[in-house]
Amino acid sequence: MAEEVKLFKTWSSRFSLRVVWAFKIKGIDYESIDEDLSNKSDLLLHYNPVYKKVPVLVHNGNPISESTVILEYIDDTWKQNPLLPEDPVERARQRFWAKFNEENLLPTIWAIFTTEGKDLEEAMAAWVENLKFVEEELKGKKLFGGEKLGVADLVFGWLANLIGIFEEVSGLKIVDERYPLLLTWMQVFSELPVIKETWPPHDKMITKYQALYEKYHPAK
Amino acid sequence: MEGGVVLLDFWASMFGMRVRIALAEKEIKYEYSEQDLRNKSDLLLQMNPVHKKIPVLIHNGKPICESLVQVQYIDEVWNDQAPLLPADPYKRATARFWADFVDKKMYDSGSRIWKTKGEEQEAAKKEFIENLKLLEGELGDNLYFGGEGFGYVDVALVPFYCWFYAYEQCGNFSIEAECPKLIAWAKRCMQKESVAKSLADPEKVYEFLLQLKKAYGIE
Repeated sequence: MAEEVKLFKTWSSRFSLRVVWAFKIKGIDYESIDEDLSNKSDLLLHYNPVYKKVPVLVHNGNPISESTVILEYIDDTWKQNPLLPEDPVERARQRFWAKFNEENLLPTIWAIFTTEGKDLEEAMAAWVENLKFVEEELKGKKLFGGEKLGVADLVFGWLANLIGIFEEVSGLKIVDERYPLLLTWMQVFSELPVIKETWPPHDKMITKYQALYEKYHPAK
Repeated sequence: MEGGVVLLDFWASMFGMRVRIALAEKEIKYEYSEQDLRNKSDLLLQMNPVHKKIPVLIHNGKPICESLVQVQYIDEVWNDQAPLLPADPYKRATARFWADFVDKKMYDSGSRIWKTKGEEQEAAKKEFIENLKLLEGELGDNLYFGGEGFGYVDVALVPFYCWFYAYEQCGNFSIEAECPKLIAWAKRCMQKESVAKSLADPEKVYEFLLQLKKAYGIE
C-alpha cells in the first residue's frame, strides 16, 4: 500500500527542520510541500486550522501539527532508530528540556534579536540564566539525548545554526566561551551525517535575518 | 524513600491537580507535600532548580518536573491500569496536541481575566471563551476528549474547572452560558472520584485569588 507522507514546511523554518531530521534519521520517504507564509495554501489552513502554521505532517490523510507532537508521532509510528529511549525517566528528561527550549530559550532569543537598551539587557540576563542550566545539563553527556541523538537534540538543533546567523547579523556575542559544552555540542550536532548539509542556504538566511533585524532596529 | 512517590504541590495549583488526578486514576500511594510558595523549601529548590515551581513528582528519589511531563511519566511507569494516553499513534498525537493547546492558551488568558480591567479584561474574556469553544468543538459529542475513556486531555483541562467560578466573579460573566457542553463535560468528570478529590473548592480558590489580587496590588 502506498503510504502518503506529506510535510508542509518552509525553507527556513527551524521547526520544520526538526521533522526533516526525524525523517532522515528513520529513513522515511516523504513529499515536501513548501509554503509561502505570506500566502498560506488552502490545504495548510485546512490541515492546521488552530494555528495555521508549519510544520504539518499529513500521514495517510491524517494531519498532525506542532513539531514536538509530530516528533513523538513519528517515533510512535516508525519504530526504527528511536528518538526517545525506553526508560520513562529518560523520556521525561528529554521532554522537560524540549519544553524548556520552547518556553524559555526561544522567547528569550527572540527578545535578544528584537530589542535594544534596557529590554535587551534584561533579555541577555535571562539568556545567561537559561544557558547556565543548559550547560549544566550537558555535563557528562555527548548529546542532549545522552549517548544517542534524541528528541531533545532535534528541538535544541536550531542553536547550532541560528546562533551564528544572529551573531553575524546583530554583532552580539550570544553563546560565548562561558559555555564550552554547549559550543562543543553545537559543533558535534552540525557534523552528524543526518544533520550535515540540511541547513537552509546561509546567504539566504543572512539576507532574511538582516532584513528582520533592520525592521526591529530602524536606523536613527 | 526508595520506591516511594512524593508530590511537592500547592493546593490551588491546576497543574498540581493534573498530577493528583493521574496518581488517583492509577491508585498510586504517595506522600503529598504542601509547599509554601512565598518561602520555598530547600527540597523544592533542589528538586526543581530550573523553574523552582510546583508540582514536582519525586519517584525513587528522582525528580520529574512539568505537569504534562509528569502525567506522561505516570502513564508510562504505571501502565497496568487506567491508561491515560490511547494506544493508537494518531489518537495519541491528537491528545498531545490538545493538551499542549490547553498549556499554551488556558492559563495565560485565564490569568489576564483577573489581572486586568476594562478593555484589556474584555479582550482576555473574549480570548478565553474562544479557546474554550475550540476545545468544545474538539470534544464534539464525546463523553470525554478523544472519544474513548477519561484520558490525557481531560486530565490536562479539568483542573481549570475549579478556577472558573473565580474567573467568572472577577470578569463578571458566565462560562456556562457561553460553553454549556464544556461545563457538562466538566461536571461529568467531577463524578469521578479521582477528579472530585483532586480539585480544590471553587469558593476557596476565589478567596485565594482575592488575596493574590491584593498582593499584586490589583483592585
